Amino acid sequence: MTATFLILAAITIAGTVATMAMRNLVHCVLALTLGFAGLAALYLQLGAQFVGLTQILVYVGAVAILAVFVIMMTQKPAQTTESIFSSFWLAGSLIAALVFAVLGWAIVSSSTSSRPLPPQAEAAVRPIGDALMHRFVLPLEIMGLLLTAALIGAVVVAMQEKRGTA
Amino acid sequence: MSSLTGYLLVSALIFSIGLAGALTRRSAILVLIGIELMLNAANLNFIAFWRYGPNAQALTGVMFAIFSIGIAAAEAAVGLGIVLAVYRHSKTTELDRMNSMKG
Amino acid sequence: MTPPPIQQADQIFVTLQHRVVGYLPIKFQSIADVILSVVAIVLVFALLFAITTVLERKGLGRIQNRYGPNRVGPAGFFQPIADGVKSLTKEDLVPRTADQLVHFMAPVLLVIAAFLAYAVLPVGRNMALVDLNAGVLFFFAVGTLVELAVFMAGWSSRNKYSLLGAMRAIAQMISYEVPLVLASIVVIMAAGSLSTVAIVNMQTGYSGIWPHWFVLTPWGFAGFNLFMIAATAESNRSPFDLPEGESEIIAGYYIEYSGFKFALFFLGEYLGMFATSGLAITLFLGGWAAPFSFLTWIPSYLWFFAKLLLMIAIFIWIRGTLPRLRMDQLMNFAWQFMLPMTLINVFAAGVWHFMPGGVIRWLVCAALLIVPAFLLSRGLKQGKKFAARTYRFAD
Repeated sequence: MTATFLILAAITIAGTVATMAMRNLVHCVLALTLGFAGLAALYLQLGAQFVGLTQILVYVGAVAILAVFVIMMTQKPAQTTESIFSSFWLAGSLIAALVFAVLGWAIVSSSTSSRPLPPQAEAAVRPIGDALMHRFVLPLEIMGLLLTAALIGAVVVAMQEKRGTA
Repeated sequence: MSSLTGYLLVSALIFSIGLAGALTRRSAILVLIGIELMLNAANLNFIAFWRYGPNAQALTGVMFAIFSIGIAAAEAAVGLGIVLAVYRHSKTTELDRMNSMKG
Repeated sequence: MTPPPIQQADQIFVTLQHRVVGYLPIKFQSIADVILSVVAIVLVFALLFAITTVLERKGLGRIQNRYGPNRVGPAGFFQPIADGVKSLTKEDLVPRTADQLVHFMAPVLLVIAAFLAYAVLPVGRNMALVDLNAGVLFFFAVGTLVELAVFMAGWSSRNKYSLLGAMRAIAQMISYEVPLVLASIVVIMAAGSLSTVAIVNMQTGYSGIWPHWFVLTPWGFAGFNLFMIAATAESNRSPFDLPEGESEIIAGYYIEYSGFKFALFFLGEYLGMFATSGLAITLFLGGWAAPFSFLTWIPSYLWFFAKLLLMIAIFIWIRGTLPRLRMDQLMNFAWQFMLPMTLINVFAAGVWHFMPGGVIRWLVCAALLIVPAFLLSRGLKQGKKFAARTYRFAD
């Protein structure tokens, strides 16, 4: 339980809480990027360099920016004063708290959690590449297919339908 | 308390925050973001278990996290595309207002 | 045993750093090492920024048949000092409706992101701050923070022009990031590593007097050109400077910035340009390696900065020569020319790798690149009839 871990965990959780609690949607996304960056730093701290950098590249660079674009295209000029939470917010937060209680209980009481840190090196890029090209080549191809389908699907779904024949 | 417990607790907390957001927020965009947060919490678990696991050379946890990030990206693109399409149809992104199917 | 003087000159900064750090207690040595390198990087590249502003203004002046700055100091070379004093003493205006915190964070984030990118650039032999296993990935990951900073600046200003500028900038950066990454993939394929230090080490050999730079292969040459076009667009330089098009949206996303924050934006933009040029040098132009085997006696860092200055000169030349593109031309160029060409280039690099060496390999790869380039740019548009332009909104 090092100081680095505590700081990074605090940043990550502060970012995610702010994401879900803020009124302005753009502020939410900016807080979200903070949370994602904190998660990436946690990955780096765990020695998973490739995953941490991919996390920043994909989430901060693509997902957050995409969300911002959609917010810009859908937001109304006048800010509403009504609640940002839906009518069944109480039930929702109760369920979430319950889930956390169960998960926390399971984690604390589990025997695997008290495992000591094995002394080992980080995940270098070359073994990851080798694994992607040999053992995980089928999932990789399926992933490529999925991403292509998602690309085409997103364009088709979001594209403006042409009115008339102009 | 070992540090694996710390990582797992952080991950559980992020998952619960994401779940709470997905269940309680009115904006469809933030519901999607809540789902993304839950996926991220799962990724943190994969990485933590990979690091503390007995067979780290197999890289299974890292691989799963990489594929999960890819799927999350696809999910975000399609989900936000659907939000845009819904907005064009019903002029709102607030989930409470999308009740035209209600009797 | 002391190394020969050539090697001493080459490693002077490395040995100096070791000497200075050696005076400190062991406990602080590693952190002092990092701090010293960071200070050096910040000072050197900030100085380069100051020099470049003068060079750019004078170069553009020469291209446009006027003098450029010539009042402060000898031949106007102290102009950056005057500019710095001016921007520091100016009033820092923030619009009343602006989002204060985000408005403040945007330039800071931009400059931090720009400086972070230098952490993986090897500016000389043994002179990279960190040798990351995934150095190139780190560079691109940090580059995405720039997009975020630009959005924060444009959105927080509460000004329609700045928002339009930011949206243009992000759309452009995302579109050109794809060819940028794909263009650098060919080098990663050839080097088999994502580490910038390893990539440069691959290119330090010589055949006869000729270096083993990746730019001296067909796919490397095409990759270098595609990379530089995409890098120009990424750093919002002319002819891709639509996000700040003065004649349409005044100054884009930094319209509401003044004083020192504006200077920070300016600094961040130039630092981004240097960083992408530095990455291009690292990937294609052999990093700190000398261009001919008989010139290796010149210290490695001098070669790196000579190449960097050459790239800056090319950037200035392009800015003074080409007119700004239209938005649709920009997007069409990215998706209809750059993207297919980079994909074909990846294929050509693969063919190169699996063919036996010789002239045939050269011809096949060159043909693989030249024919599609011609078809994509000219050939396929030959029979196409262009409809008369209609102006829907401005009659």
